[in-house]
Amino acid sequence: MASPVQCTNLRKTYDGKVEAVRGLSLQIEAGQCFGLLGPNGAGKTTTIEILEGLLTPTSGEVRILGHGWDDNPRQLREWIGISLQETRLSEKLNVRETIELFASFYSEPRPAAEVLEDLELTEKADAWVGKLSGGQKQRLAVATALVGNPRILFLDEPTTGLDPQSRRQLWDIIRAFQQKGGTALLTTHYMDEAERLCDRLAIVDHGVIIAEGTPSDLIDRLGGHHVVEFKVSKNGGNDESDNNLGRWRSLPSVESVRREDSTVCLSVREPHLTIPALLDALTRDGRQLEHLSTRQASLEDVFVQLTGRHLRED
Amino acid sequence: MATMETNAPILDDGKRRPQSARGSRGGTPHGTLDYHRRNGRWSGYRHLLWARILELKREPEVVFWVFIFPLLLAAGLGIAFRNKPADITWVAVINSAGAQKTLAMLQSSFDQRSSDQRSSNKTLPDKGPPNKSSTIRATVLDREVALKAFHFGKFDLVIESNADGSYTYYYDPARPESVLSRAEIDAALQSAAGRKDAVATSSQSSSEPGSRYIDFLIPGLLGMNLMNSGMWGVGFALVEMRQRKLLKRFVATPMRRSDFLLALTSSRLILMVIEVGLLLGFGVLVFHMRVQGSILSVVLLGALGAVSFGGVGLLTACRAQKIESVSGLINLVMMPMWIFSGVFFSYQRFPAMAQPFIKMLPLTALNDALRATIIEGASLGSQSGRLLVLAVWGGVSFVLALRWFRWT
Repeated sequence: MASPVQCTNLRKTYDGKVEAVRGLSLQIEAGQCFGLLGPNGAGKTTTIEILEGLLTPTSGEVRILGHGWDDNPRQLREWIGISLQETRLSEKLNVRETIELFASFYSEPRPAAEVLEDLELTEKADAWVGKLSGGQKQRLAVATALVGNPRILFLDEPTTGLDPQSRRQLWDIIRAFQQKGGTALLTTHYMDEAERLCDRLAIVDHGVIIAEGTPSDLIDRLGGHHVVEFKVSKNGGNDESDNNLGRWRSLPSVESVRREDSTVCLSVREPHLTIPALLDALTRDGRQLEHLSTRQASLEDVFVQLTGRHLRED
Repeated sequence: MATMETNAPILDDGKRRPQSARGSRGGTPHGTLDYHRRNGRWSGYRHLLWARILELKREPEVVFWVFIFPLLLAAGLGIAFRNKPADITWVAVINSAGAQKTLAMLQSSFDQRSSDQRSSNKTLPDKGPPNKSSTIRATVLDREVALKAFHFGKFDLVIESNADGSYTYYYDPARPESVLSRAEIDAALQSAAGRKDAVATSSQSSSEPGSRYIDFLIPGLLGMNLMNSGMWGVGFALVEMRQRKLLKRFVATPMRRSDFLLALTSSRLILMVIEVGLLLGFGVLVFHMRVQGSILSVVLLGALGAVSFGGVGLLTACRAQKIESVSGLINLVMMPMWIFSGVFFSYQRFPAMAQPFIKMLPLTALNDALRATIIEGASLGSQSGRLLVLAVWGGVSFVLALRWFRWT
């Protein structure tokens, strides 16, 4: 059976100048929840909209359930459900009317009441869309995607701007869809979302995939699952320069080192080996620790290691 | 419409059941347990149309601008220009030796005319005698004051009685009422001084329904309203949906694009029937207007007008991304028609050179056709030229709009 979503060497150039996507290939297996993780402007939305058949790629090939968008767009649209990054649905229609409107476009939709129930919108069925909270609006947007009973769900930043509770609610909805055998593709710039929700991830930057794998695969590539961050006072005399990083790299169990401002971050396999050695080294130098902490490594660390930048640089 | 239907025909592979092609909404189980219901071919169209009507109904501004505002306009203008009224001629008499005598002469002249025509014996009557429709209000003022007030438009005419018994009139040839009152006053003074009419004349006033300003105005308002609601109801609505990314969201579903446009057009036609009914009903009930042509012709004209301006609205909105830019465009498109198409007054007053251009405007064609049908009872067949103008505007706009239309 053809994989639900597959694309090879996608490129999209806007106005002959801006290269939003520069040769991106991916393949999603049935039943997977696949995440495109990357900062704003990385090309995630362009990519997902090409896959959704809303944008034409400058070059490259897209196959959805084995079909190209030229073959039979109407049939493909029956099979997929979409939530765009930003859609403001008609404010003067109520929730049920909105769902039924979208249901009417599909030849075999799910009953509106069932979708409302699944998305916990039953209580709001008669409320005007304009009166909904951000989380409710976003659930409604996902409801319009689910009412067609899709095989594949495309969600572009489904939880951006939502409060933690609403985000968790949406995650549950996506998991429930997946449990019924659905395939999901979502974009996000929240690493925790990617980590918890996605079976597989592609980290996108500047229009290309810079790393792909399961969340734990990606973190494994850092070499260590822990991060030790510390900061030393400058009164020791010798300036903390980049060539000093080599010293920290040579501490036991350290896999990689980077600096952020005056903080040094070590990716570490076993902190109980690294920390005593670090403290010894500092004592020998006669320098004082201003700060020391350890935490679990995250996708953020992966991204920073790969690009030298943070995911969200506001 | 076919140009917009970029979607290929459905892959039906024999799955469609015989009776599902039409209107089987609402959960008709077709025997299999695979799905809950199967939507018919027109399910999307019907829901889009219904959604559009609900939205309009729930938007108080729309109700006001589309339905109430034209009625207010008709009422206001209809009352303001009620049966070309007993014009009052405001006259100043310059204070001099002959001033009182002048007043007396004017008065006697009017007394006589009034009694001739079996009217009330009021001097300088408030209400014009039935056939002669003028009333004179004369005031004696100093020369300076009189002329100044004349320049400000307070008086239509200033009379000066000269020492030698002659009269001088100060009037403004650019003001019709000034010209009129000069003739009126001159006739009054001459007859008071003893001039006899050489020929006996009589006049018949004409303020029958059909020839009044309100009869001219209501078809014009109807045309204007169809233009306004076509341009805003289609053009503005589309750009708003595009800006909200709602159009993009719709085309991300299996919705047929042609259904969407058809629903938009249908909602315009439904509104049109209400607009036409309200305005005509208002004219008939309040101003005792008579609709000479058949109602069916009026509705068909309204439909052609609504669809034609819907097409122009679609073209105006086919690329714009922001409601601000489409608002400007819509006003730009409508402006010439507001001015030239004879909504409030006849376009015959524009120079002859401009007439062919004016007659090519869709609103001119619509207004002319509506007036001919409503006031003169002309048949649609006799106005093929105007219908053609409307059809060409609508058709060409529609085709171009579909070619350039941007859904995302």
